[in-house]
Amino acid sequence: METKVIFYILAAAIFGASVLAVSCRQAVHAALYFIVSLLGLAGLFFLLGAPLLAALEVILYAGAIMMLLLFVIMMLHTDRRDRELYRPPFWTVPVLLSLLCGAALVMLLARWPQAAELLPSAFFSPGQFGQVLFSRYWLAVELVSLLLFVALVGALYFGGREIKAARLQPGEGGDS
Amino acid sequence: MLTLSTQLNTYLVIGAVLFGFGIFGLVRRPSLIGMLIAVELVLSGASINFMAFNRFLAPDPTVGQIITLFIMAIAAAEAAISLSIVIAVYRNYKSIEVEDLVELKG
Repeated sequence: METKVIFYILAAAIFGASVLAVSCRQAVHAALYFIVSLLGLAGLFFLLGAPLLAALEVILYAGAIMMLLLFVIMMLHTDRRDRELYRPPFWTVPVLLSLLCGAALVMLLARWPQAAELLPSAFFSPGQFGQVLFSRYWLAVELVSLLLFVALVGALYFGGREIKAARLQPGEGGDS
Repeated sequence: MLTLSTQLNTYLVIGAVLFGFGIFGLVRRPSLIGMLIAVELVLSGASINFMAFNRFLAPDPTVGQIITLFIMAIAAAEAAISLSIVIAVYRNYKSIEVEDLVELKG
């Protein structure tokens, strides 16, 4: 019973924070609301039987990635143009259509007879998770580490090229 | 009504709604940072779907969680690359609004 209450609270938090994350006008507020949504998502992962993933969602996603995003937002002055994000005559028809599609989706899924009970074996302790990850999926782990290395090299390339160009022309571009 | 938390359909609807919010933000956001946040919402919807299928339907219950972990890693790589692109764009254009980046006539 308590799990259900926690689930409803988490789902409401995820919905509200996601709506605010895509509709807030300032980028910092949108990023903070998205962090709230990620925290709710971590709670949902915990309810779904993945405590390690819930912790990683908070540490990696909300902690590392979104902090990087917030640093970039604060470094660039982005809120220069203070204009209306959603003008009413533009978004009424799309919102109505998507509400229709959403209602159809809910009705379709509610009629689906299977999958009403939890699998008993789906809970994973962090130790089991790590053993399965590094024994059966070692190749994927290596590929992901290669991908992260490529991302690091790409980010250094995009950043370092501009630094080299600024060094060649010391009079221009020194403010960035 | 009170059994919603033990049904797969609820989690699928949550994932679909997050995906829809992400696509909506991706279309409507005027700046590159906002579009990046919307892309992260899309990835969150996908990972909720994987977790829900893993919890309710998978014969091997490890796969969904591991795929969700890899989605997180890919999101980290994507955020690093796209933030460096955003910084490079800002250095060249002094703006990250999408409407100002029209040099490619897109």
